[in-house]
Amino acid sequence: MMRKLAELTMLDGISGNEQEIRKFIIQNLADKSLKHYTDSIGNLIVKGKTDGSSNLKVMLAAHMDEVGLMVNYITDDGKLKFSPVGGIDSRILIGKHVRVGKCKIPGVIGYKSIHLQDKNERESVVKIKNLYIDIAAKDKENAEEFVNTGDYVAFASEPVFFGENRIKAKALDDRAGCAVLMELLEEVWPFELYACFTVQEEVGLRGALVAANRIKPDIGIVLEGTTCADVPKVKEHEVSTVMGEGPVLSFADRTSIADRELFYHFLKTAEKEGIPYQLKRTTTGGNDAGRIQTSGTGVKTMVVSVPCRYIHSPVSVLDLNDLKNMLNLVSKALHILPELGR
Amino acid sequence: MNTDTLVKQLCDLNAPAGCENLSAEKLKSFFEPLCDKAYVDPFFNVIGYKKGTSKNPKKIIITAHFDQIGMIVSGFEKGGFLRISNLGGIDTKALLASEVIVHGREEVFGVIGAKPPHLLKEDETKKNVKMTGLFIDTGFPDDILKQKVSIGDPVTMLAPVVTLKNGCIAGKSLDNRTGVAALVLILKELQNMKHPNDIYVIATVQEETGLLGAITSSYSLEPDLAVVIDVCHGDMPEADRSQCFPLNKGIPVAIGPAFHSEYTDALFEVAKRERIPTQRCIEPGNPGTEAWAIQVSRFGIPTVEACIPLRYMHTTAELVSLKDIEAVATLVARYVSEDIIKTTEETF
Repeated sequence: MMRKLAELTMLDGISGNEQEIRKFIIQNLADKSLKHYTDSIGNLIVKGKTDGSSNLKVMLAAHMDEVGLMVNYITDDGKLKFSPVGGIDSRILIGKHVRVGKCKIPGVIGYKSIHLQDKNERESVVKIKNLYIDIAAKDKENAEEFVNTGDYVAFASEPVFFGENRIKAKALDDRAGCAVLMELLEEVWPFELYACFTVQEEVGLRGALVAANRIKPDIGIVLEGTTCADVPKVKEHEVSTVMGEGPVLSFADRTSIADRELFYHFLKTAEKEGIPYQLKRTTTGGNDAGRIQTSGTGVKTMVVSVPCRYIHSPVSVLDLNDLKNMLNLVSKALHILPELGR
Repeated sequence: MNTDTLVKQLCDLNAPAGCENLSAEKLKSFFEPLCDKAYVDPFFNVIGYKKGTSKNPKKIIITAHFDQIGMIVSGFEKGGFLRISNLGGIDTKALLASEVIVHGREEVFGVIGAKPPHLLKEDETKKNVKMTGLFIDTGFPDDILKQKVSIGDPVTMLAPVVTLKNGCIAGKSLDNRTGVAALVLILKELQNMKHPNDIYVIATVQEETGLLGAITSSYSLEPDLAVVIDVCHGDMPEADRSQCFPLNKGIPVAIGPAFHSEYTDALFEVAKRERIPTQRCIEPGNPGTEAWAIQVSRFGIPTVEACIPLRYMHTTAELVSLKDIEAVATLVARYVSEDIIKTTEETF
C-alpha cells in the first residue's frame, strides 16, 4: 500500500483535472474483472466483490483531487500569474518548484530577493497577486509556446520516507484515502460495495454529490486526510488530531454529523480488535460526507481519516502506522457491518 | 562535462557557511585536473594554482565563494521537532513547507513547518512568520533524534536544480556555485592559452556571514590584482530595474568605489575586443561582495568584479542562464591571461 501511495502522490490531479489519478487506479486494480464506471463529472466508481449475503449498499469515498494553482494571465515579459485551486496558504509559495500544464513545464515561484525588499515588504505576507511563476520564457509570445492560461499547476514534490515511519509528499490529502480504498477493493464483502474515487472535493465537495445520487447507498463512509496541528506553538485545545495515535473518527465536522450507530460501531470495533484510534477533537473542516449524507433520501455517513501535518502543502506528512491502522479498522468494521441491520 | 551538468554537480554539494569542510575536498577534485596545484587552506578555501609563463610573474586571484546560506539548529521541541536560527541572510518567507537536511552525526531529512494557517489570529495572518516561529519536523522520537542531532548542527535546503526554458536553470545554491562553475570553466579555457602571470582561482568560504574567506585568502596570497565573480540580481517582476539586470543581455561589470577604475576599464576593453556584451552594474558603496574586503587587504589590492545575473536570490528558486556563466568565464579568462598588471612605482 505504501508503494502505491507514493506513486499516487507523484501524479498530478488538481480539482477538475483528475484523469491521471483515475487512469492509475484503473490500471492498478488488483482484480481486473471488477466493473468500473466513470461518470460525467469524472468520478470513478468501482463495484467491489461481494458474496451476496446482504443487499445493503455501502459507498466508500476518497477524493482523487488535490489543491494546486491555475495560470490566469501571462505577462508581457513571459511570467505566469496564477490563482489557487482549493485552500492554499499563500505563505508557503515563495521559492517552490512547480509543473505547469499537460506537458509539465518546470517552473519556480519567485518573489524579488530579500535584498531588494523594504522593511514593510520584509515583514508582511506576500499576496498571491504579487507572485509569479517563472519558466524562463523570454517574453509572452515565447511563454505561449509552452503554456496557456487555464493550465493547471502542481507542486513538484517527490515522496520521501523519513524519520520513523513517516512519509512526506504532496497530495497526501487524499491520495492516502485512495490508497486505502484500493486495498479494500481486494477483499470480498458481505454486501454491495461501491468504491467511489471522487473529483473536486477541494473546490466544494462537488463529485461526491453526483456519485451518491447515482449509487443511492444506504451507508456512506468517507476516507480522508485531515488536519494535524500537534506541532510546537499550538495550544493543546487547538490540536485536532495527533500523529501516530491512530486513525481519526469524527463525531461531527462543519459539513456533517456522523450517524451515531455507525460511529459507535467503528469505535467498538477498534476497541474490540485492539486497533489504535482517536477522536477528532475539533469540529472544523468539511468533506464529502456532507454531500453524501444529504443526497437522495438521506444516507447514514461516517468519516475515518488519517492525520496529515502541513496539509495542502508540497510537504504534507503522515505516519505510515496510522494509515495501516486506518485500513485495518475500516476493513474489520465493514466486515461485520450488516449485523447493524437496517 | 557540459556547463549544465557542472553547475548541477556543484549545487549538489553542501557547504553551509562555516561548515565548508563538508565539501572542500570534493570541490578540490573539480580544480585538480585543470591546474598545476590544487589545495585546501586552513579555512577550507579551495585554491587552484596555474603557473604563468613570465620570468617575473605577477599574481592574480579570481575568487568566487562556495558557501551557501542555511540554518543552524538552536534547540529541541517535544515531538521530534528542532528550533532553528539563520545562517546568512535567509528570507524566512521562503522557508515554510521547504525540505531540509540537518547535518548532524548523520544526515537527517526534515520539513519546515509553523503554526498552521487555520489557527492563526487575524493579525498573525498579515505578518511574515519569523525564524522563531519556524521549526523542523524530523519525524523521529525525541530520544532517537538527540542521538543524531546536536544544537549547532548546520541545516541546508534540499531542492533540485531543474532545467527551464531557454538554457536557464533554477534551484538552490546557484548563489554562488555558478561563480564556482565559472572558476572551473576559466581553468579549462586557460589550458589552451598562454598567460604571463600566476593565476589562483579561489573558491572562498563564509562570504554569506562576513567575507571571511576573501579576507584570509587575499591576505595570505598577497595578489597584484583580484577578480571577484559573484551573482547580482537578475530582472524580477516588481523589483527596481536600476538594481537588477536582464539575463542573457551581457555580463554586469561592477562600477563604484570598491572597484579599481583603470582595471575595470581594461576589463570593459577586453570585453569589447572579444565581442562579449557587458552591462554596467552601479555600486555606489559596499556592494555586499568579497570585493569590499579584498580591496583593503594588506596595502590595498586592485579589485574588479564580474557578475552573473540571478533571480530570486537566497531562495530555492534561484534562476540563472547557463550562457551568462559561460560568458563570464570567457571574459575573465581572456582578461587574466593578458599582460595586464601595471608595475607601480616603489614607495617607501
